[in-house]
Amino acid sequence: MSLQSKGLEDEARGGRGRVRSSCPHTGDRSGQRPSRKLDPKTKAAPGRCRAWPGRTERTAGSSRPGSPQRKQLERKRGHELLRAPERSSAGRTRDSRRKRDGRASLKEQSSSAEKKGLPRKEEAWEQLRKPRSVSLASSGSGGESLSEEELAQILEQVEEKKKLIATMRNKPWPMAKKLTELREAQEFVEKYEGALGKGKGKRLYACRMLMAKKWVKFKRDFDNFKMQCIPWEMKIKDIESHFGSSVASYFIFLRWMYGVNLVLFGLIFGLVIIPEVLMGVPYGSIPRKTVPRAEQEKAMDFSVLWDFEGYIKYSALFYGYYNNQRTIGWLRYRLPMAYFMVGVSVFGYSLMIVIRSMASNSQGSTSEGESDNFTFSFKMFTSWDYLIGNSETADSKYASITTSFKESIVDEQESNKEENVHLTRFLRVLANFLIICCLCGSGYLIYFVVKRSQEFSKMQNVSWYERNEVEIVMSLLGMFCPPLFETIAALENYHPRIGLKWQLGRIFALFLGNLYTFLLALMDDVHLKLSKEEAIKNITHWTLFNYYNSSGWNESVPRPPLHPADVPRGSCWETAVGIEFMRLTVSDMLVTYITILVGDFLRACFVRFMNHCWCWDLEAGFPSYAEFDISGNVLGLIFNQGMIWMGSFYAPGLVGINVLRLLTSMYFQCWAVMSSNVPHERVFKASRSNNFYMGLLLLVLFLSLLPVAYTIMSLPPSFDCGPFSGKNRMYDVLHETIENDFPTFLGKIFAFLANPGLIIPAILLMFLAIYYLNSVSKSLSRANAQLRKKIQALREVEKSHKSLKSKAMARDSGDTLESGSKNATQLQLTKEETTPHSASQSQTLDKKAQDPGTASSAASRTVPPAPRSLPGSRPPGVRKDSGQARSQAHPWRSGSGKSAQRPRH
Amino acid sequence: MGNKQSVFTPQQLEEFQDCTFFTRKEILRLFYRYQDLAPQLVPLDYTSCPQVKVPYELICGMPELKDNPFRQRIAQVFSEDGDGHMTLHNFLDMFSVMSEMAPRDLKAYYAFKIYDFNNDDYICAWDLEQTVSRLTRGELSAEEVSLVCERVLDEADGDHDGRLSLEDFQNMILRAPDFLSTFHIRI
Repeated sequence: MSLQSKGLEDEARGGRGRVRSSCPHTGDRSGQRPSRKLDPKTKAAPGRCRAWPGRTERTAGSSRPGSPQRKQLERKRGHELLRAPERSSAGRTRDSRRKRDGRASLKEQSSSAEKKGLPRKEEAWEQLRKPRSVSLASSGSGGESLSEEELAQILEQVEEKKKLIATMRNKPWPMAKKLTELREAQEFVEKYEGALGKGKGKRLYACRMLMAKKWVKFKRDFDNFKMQCIPWEMKIKDIESHFGSSVASYFIFLRWMYGVNLVLFGLIFGLVIIPEVLMGVPYGSIPRKTVPRAEQEKAMDFSVLWDFEGYIKYSALFYGYYNNQRTIGWLRYRLPMAYFMVGVSVFGYSLMIVIRSMASNSQGSTSEGESDNFTFSFKMFTSWDYLIGNSETADSKYASITTSFKESIVDEQESNKEENVHLTRFLRVLANFLIICCLCGSGYLIYFVVKRSQEFSKMQNVSWYERNEVEIVMSLLGMFCPPLFETIAALENYHPRIGLKWQLGRIFALFLGNLYTFLLALMDDVHLKLSKEEAIKNITHWTLFNYYNSSGWNESVPRPPLHPADVPRGSCWETAVGIEFMRLTVSDMLVTYITILVGDFLRACFVRFMNHCWCWDLEAGFPSYAEFDISGNVLGLIFNQGMIWMGSFYAPGLVGINVLRLLTSMYFQCWAVMSSNVPHERVFKASRSNNFYMGLLLLVLFLSLLPVAYTIMSLPPSFDCGPFSGKNRMYDVLHETIENDFPTFLGKIFAFLANPGLIIPAILLMFLAIYYLNSVSKSLSRANAQLRKKIQALREVEKSHKSLKSKAMARDSGDTLESGSKNATQLQLTKEETTPHSASQSQTLDKKAQDPGTASSAASRTVPPAPRSLPGSRPPGVRKDSGQARSQAHPWRSGSGKSAQRPRH
Repeated sequence: MGNKQSVFTPQQLEEFQDCTFFTRKEILRLFYRYQDLAPQLVPLDYTSCPQVKVPYELICGMPELKDNPFRQRIAQVFSEDGDGHMTLHNFLDMFSVMSEMAPRDLKAYYAFKIYDFNNDDYICAWDLEQTVSRLTRGELSAEEVSLVCERVLDEADGDHDGRLSLEDFQNMILRAPDFLSTFHIRI
């Protein structure tokens, strides 16, 4: 650093001179005697004596010959008097020292680092001075009072240093400088944090510091650990870098789903299945837990088990297995109550988590709306995704950036292109019309097939096809409709992100139709079974009655009870529903996997290996490789989850199967994507919040809540199976618990709360609150928009103001412009010899300067803020410095002081 | 453990952790990536801080950079002499700035450096033209390029001096919704 700038700095620091005065002592002394900090009081006097010569030598070396005498004076008089006269020498020594070991003492560093460096040394001095003053002045009381604030100061400095250490990584410095700074700061902290306080307090402080250090280390380790605990992070990142964020968003959604299902699994297994298995009546003890005599022969066959019949049907995986005993085991666990509450809380938890994640997603994306002002800037500076590490993806990214630029340019050039708008409008209406036709057609087809299947079910001897017609038609529709929609959607010419949403909505409608036809068929079945139930109940009673009262048995000996397998029993519609959902889930999973295997993997293999012996280019031509079908996969996931929600009440084991399914599909799909899919033709970013997925999920959750709530509230449970058997309705278990287990006043309170006279006002109140909050948020957003408009207007005004000013200035200095700008380019030329582009750049600048048409604009660019923009007019010191920096060519250093310092704060 | 100890001293690792956004494991991984680039150049022992530079061609051959249109600029900005040859420190610096954890200010500062092709501390029209032609592989016509540059200057140039200063750039990038997610290299 030049002398000039040092002098400037000294002047700038004049106000802090008193503080600075003692720097050299401490710098030297602390370097020489690190042991002193340990017990300053005992070693104070001898240590100081030893210290003087070395220090005086150094200070003398740094241009202050008179300092030894001063030190002696100081010893006699005490410290306060001495500070002022010593100031200048201190400043210089400090600077020279900084020069010596400042391997990277640069301009940027100077302001903040020295500001920090200054007080650091000062307080180091104070710190060392304190024990001396105590030892010299035997009273020591004055030193005590002084040391309090000094201590506070040191503490402050240490904290500051620590902050610097903590934020070191945020500094735009090269590593070498960061390391130097870091070492200095660490040394300082280590040196002085232990020395703070006296006696017991000191030890306490040191201990605390140690703990703090340990804590920081622990936190760092814990963070590392936490990062490693996020499952599949690397896999997803890998996919993201190959296929862009839209494909990754599916996998993130899948992971989230897995987490939710894991919680549901824990809930159901922990509170229902495991208590039942551990404490419930064992298998084979009562009829509902036994395979009926007629089925026993085949109950272990794989074909039967595969259909979830036989032993699986009579296991804890299904509703029918549970007993209606109020309490089980020595814990007196109330299983029916737990079963009901878990069923409710599965929905409660799912609703809560979906809504919460939606809210947090939408909170993250509040700062939009500014993007209109910076379309081109954003496209230019943020459109390239630095994550792309795949040449195919890069190619499509280049293409998409080019097209997006072109689109914006076209928009910019002619904002009204009439005939195109009409054409697209027409095409979009046409596409929607076609798709509605498709949906109606598929709906009618399903209706027709269901009707037919009801007829078939009445007949005997139906073929395999006739029995499975509904399923076959539904999966065929599910297979062929989405590609058809996609083909039609190509007419619409939407941006792929918007197109994806439309596609999702359409397939959603299709699937919803399928789902609800399925549900209606299931409901018919349930009602049929319910109507038969009364008859079966009578048969059961009659059988038992006959069995016990039959003649030909010795009356004196009580008859052994009828074997549970022989007791006639009802059809247990709940288990039937559970089995239906179980089958659907498994078959859905298999269809998905087979589709991936055949549609993606085999296709990819075929295209890859048959390409060289085929008559056209398979890779570029017809079959090519498959793209990852985001919409289909997302919807498959969402509907599968709907099945789980609907079925989990009647088949507690369903969630376990779903967890397995999600786990395998995570690995399988990751593999399939990486091995056999290609990136989309138009790589597009996923919308920042995947609230669209979440919205669909919420809708499906609500739709799957409806049938479950309906069956719980309005259908009587089977009389001989399940935890609620014998009750009129399933929710009666709540009444029962409240009446029998809670104190009576609580029962009264509940009865009072359930009163319609209270519920209706509560609902009204909720509506009012929603209305009020909604209007508040609306008004706030309106105010927000107005403020934004105001800012926009201000900005415009400012801009026009500035441009007017600059034009005026340009006119004033009209003649000098040409020479000035030329001068500038020449200077730049000399200055930027090292950079490869400087020559061509200066040429363009020259051209601009000489071209009469652009002369004024070029001038207005370069001239008006003369002191900053014109390199020629920089103050000599600054220019020298920057020139030096450039020759050493640290890229970060070449910034002018002002701009380079900014990011630090 | 033995392997780790032999490359860096524990203290060095701590310091690197303080100076970058990486964990210990990531630093070691980065080192091995670096070492893989030039196994015959880079020693497996960094305890004595050898001054080794990996040439620009090898740096740009990394899969993370090889498809990036700005790879040359990135290497130049982060290298010590602006020639693209990188020491391990430069290498760590680069990926630290490009990591997910780096704050917006830091990223914006280096992004500005990268887009400032002629190192004059301002993004001028020529820099913008370079940027556009790299982004589109020169598929836009000259008029289109100049129109784009004009529009960018019009949008982002706060003090209306015909070029973007760091302040202008930061001001603009502060509002960019995608900046943090795109200016980001995963390693």
